[in-house]
Amino acid sequence: MTVALNELSVGQEIGTAAIDVSRADLVRYAGASGDFNPIHWNGRFAEQVGLPGVIAHGMFTMGAAVQVVTDWIGNPGAVVDYQTRFTKPVVVEDIDGPGATIEVTGVIGAVDEANSTVRVDLTVMSAGQKVLVKAQAVVRAW
Amino acid sequence: MTEQKGVNPELAGRVYPAGDAYSVGREKIREFARAVKATHPAHYDVEAARELGYKDLVAPPTFAIIVAQRADAQLIEDPEAGIDFSRVVHADQRFVHHRPIVAGDDLVAELHVDQVRSMGGGAMITTRAEISTAEGEGIATTTSSILVRGEGQ
Repeated sequence: MTVALNELSVGQEIGTAAIDVSRADLVRYAGASGDFNPIHWNGRFAEQVGLPGVIAHGMFTMGAAVQVVTDWIGNPGAVVDYQTRFTKPVVVEDIDGPGATIEVTGVIGAVDEANSTVRVDLTVMSAGQKVLVKAQAVVRAW
Repeated sequence: MTEQKGVNPELAGRVYPAGDAYSVGREKIREFARAVKATHPAHYDVEAARELGYKDLVAPPTFAIIVAQRADAQLIEDPEAGIDFSRVVHADQRFVHHRPIVAGDDLVAELHVDQVRSMGGGAMITTRAEISTAEGEGIATTTSSILVRGEGQ
């Protein structure tokens, strides 16, 4: 897909997603990424270190949230720059089925016609709180 | 080895050289893509990736974290660094891709400790991994800040 840069306007919404997260998803991400920090799977440990419970890997949330961007641009290799700050933990309850939901909205943050790039700003919420701040993906529009 | 209590303030500027190459495999790309719930066919189907002009499966945009965190481990496990991993919180992360990572790449990462700031009883450490192919082609620059919480933080 090619995006016509002159048809984009700052503030325009490019997509939304609601991502369910279960404890099994965190175990899967731990295995796939190699990040086995017990705060992401062991409730006793998480509470001992002062957390409200098992929390999602920040990198799980960051990795899942960018899907709205790749869906829009149609090419995962088009993401040339992606950054975020992790501000609030996503607490994942130990229940059958999803223990948390992450809600993602992407809007156009900037259009750079000279470099053929578009910045997408992501709002990423869970349980009514912003869990990522300054989540921005720059994509190349061929 | 010096006994160190808390994060060593003299870490800034340290460089950990690239270790063994990480070989990016198709099944690892598929596994990681499933784990972040990425659905694009270019992560799973070689033909779909080739239709987009890639020579093999394309890694999701945050895949480089695997290589970056392997490089970070050199710092975290360095007894001179004084980092208690159980008190580490990921504060921010950035990926700048010089080209997409594809299956078949052999990647190495040189780790730079860019900044160490004391925060109360803890410290914020910013690292940068320069990821390249074993032949020296620049692939990605990742930067990461971790907060090592002090006692009572």
